[in-house]
Amino acid sequence: MKIHEYQAKEILRKYNIPVPNGILITKKSQAADAAKKLGTNVVVVKAQIHAGGRGKGGGVKLAKNPQEAEKHAGNILGMTLVTPQTGAAGQRVRKVLIEEGMPIAKELYMGILVDRQTSRVLIMASEAGGMEIEEVAADTPEKIFTETIDPVTGVKPYTARKIAFALNLDGEVMKKIIPFIINLYDAFIKEDCTMLEINPLVITSDKRALALDAKVDIDDNAMYRHKDTQKLRDLNEEDPAEVEASKFNLNYIKLDGNIGCMVNGAGLAMATMDIIKLSGGEPANFLDVGGGADEEMIENGFRIILSDPSVKGIFINIFGGILRCDILARGVIAATKTLAIKIPVVVRMEGTNMEEGHRILKNSGMNFVIGNGMKDGAQKVVKAIQ
Amino acid sequence: MSILVDEKTRLITQGITGREGMYHTEQSMKYGTRVVGGVTPGKGGQKVLGNVPVFNTVRDAVAKTKANATMIFVPPPFAADAILEAADAAVELIICITEGIPVNDMVDVYKYLQSTESRLIGPNCPGVISPGKAKIGIMPAHIHKKGNVGIISRSGTLTYETVGQLTHLGIGQSTCVGIGGDPIIGTRFIDVLKLFQRDRGTKAICMIGEIGGTAEDEAAYYIKKNVTKPVVGFIAGQTAPPGRRMGHAGAIISGGQGTAEEKMKVMRRCGIKVVKSPADLGKTLQKSL
Repeated sequence: MKIHEYQAKEILRKYNIPVPNGILITKKSQAADAAKKLGTNVVVVKAQIHAGGRGKGGGVKLAKNPQEAEKHAGNILGMTLVTPQTGAAGQRVRKVLIEEGMPIAKELYMGILVDRQTSRVLIMASEAGGMEIEEVAADTPEKIFTETIDPVTGVKPYTARKIAFALNLDGEVMKKIIPFIINLYDAFIKEDCTMLEINPLVITSDKRALALDAKVDIDDNAMYRHKDTQKLRDLNEEDPAEVEASKFNLNYIKLDGNIGCMVNGAGLAMATMDIIKLSGGEPANFLDVGGGADEEMIENGFRIILSDPSVKGIFINIFGGILRCDILARGVIAATKTLAIKIPVVVRMEGTNMEEGHRILKNSGMNFVIGNGMKDGAQKVVKAIQ
Repeated sequence: MSILVDEKTRLITQGITGREGMYHTEQSMKYGTRVVGGVTPGKGGQKVLGNVPVFNTVRDAVAKTKANATMIFVPPPFAADAILEAADAAVELIICITEGIPVNDMVDVYKYLQSTESRLIGPNCPGVISPGKAKIGIMPAHIHKKGNVGIISRSGTLTYETVGQLTHLGIGQSTCVGIGGDPIIGTRFIDVLKLFQRDRGTKAICMIGEIGGTAEDEAAYYIKKNVTKPVVGFIAGQTAPPGRRMGHAGAIISGGQGTAEEKMKVMRRCGIKVVKSPADLGKTLQKSL
């Protein structure tokens, strides 16, 4: 689960990680007051959306006085912010964070993530702060220092020192960065993050270390032990159809094409999208109804696929294991009737009771197209929508 | 021949009294797997599915039944604990079906397993089947056929799809191993490739990967150096958008890493016959035999 910058910073505060003072506003009229309350010469007006790259899209502005803060807040609130991560459609800004300006002496990068290669937590740090870390990794990988953490010891002072020396920090700053790094790791573990990125981590001219920005991803699978964190979910930042699907435990991701697909299992669902593309079509979505899909799942799946107006045809690809094809066929018929589906539906079923399933579809008197295998099914749905 | 599981495997199920655990234990027994017991804390002393004894702890179960494999159906909040308990009781093969274990729990589990002799398959996997010998997991038994193609896969139903194609062509499987769709798993492609290369009953290998991580790339380099048997490969998610988790916790392209295109390129370069269409897996394996 993604959360907003201001929420991430709340979490960091709990772990004694210094962050700039800031006030969240939702109306332009609150901006000047917020700036006055912060009391610094300069304040930063920052759009709160989940996607990164906000500065590039005009979602982060400096203000030299409260009036300017109000002007920027007015422009940013309600705007549709397009960044390299939002896609062309952009994301509407509903909240703005007004934050005190900082006398920045140095911008660093620090990120914590789970490294799949070592199956351990990895800390990445770089002196090239304020830039996209992917770009740094591609252009100047030598500027990134990585430290793999043994889960038994966690981050100890020596671990933090290694990272600090690699960042060429010393003296007063060194003393402050060691607890910073230790606490950051602590937050990562205790909050069940899958990613925690501080970019930039700034060193101020008065030798303080602060998290100027914060990006946090929290493990959905760990949400059962973080009831408070669950409240941080912002449904405005998610696709409405995806939110709806998640209520039924369906895995749905909207794509740009016009062929809706309903599949059981994530791997087969991806492979189905691939074969639609190879057959000359464009998948409208990823939808995994799960290994043991039932009638109700099928109906919900249909409803979610059809909520996308660009869908011109549907391809159902089910490999029945526990789920019997005859039950699936009845579910497809029932849902088609209930939802009065008019667009072509191609059904490919394999596995338990396949013949019976095919017979039920044929005898339904309805207009299903039967796919014999994945490839045949994909080609038939592509043809059906032409 | 086969790898990992066969008619000699002595299986227990952790979470045997739960709905899923009970159902799939029964299915495995029907297939011929030697199920010697089960574990559900607090239900020790009961018998289920006819004559299968239930124990309170894995240690008890191992002491009384000499089990050497376990199949885990424990819900996600308790599954990491179940894996650790099995490893602590020195169960050789731990197959964890459970999907949804927090990744940080798995970091700890992985570390602990390195200090033991146990092998973990999964989590978030369909299990392992050696057709005609034993089935440990949730795969539909009837689509399989005994033979000489070994399958390793991160996906469940896509493995069934491949098995279905092969069986349809009259080609059987030595062992099918679902290694799981999570970012941290106990057994990786390379570990299974090593076993298939050594297994005299396996003549060709099918490797089914997906987007996310670099495990397939590492496996490809390993194959180039160490595997003499023909390998056919497929990567699911050629059309998946970056930054989105495609169902499996591990199926995500992040920071430009882990795309299907890149994996397929590396695999091809290492001599693997990579198919673009999942519908071609069966035929391509047939030709390679």
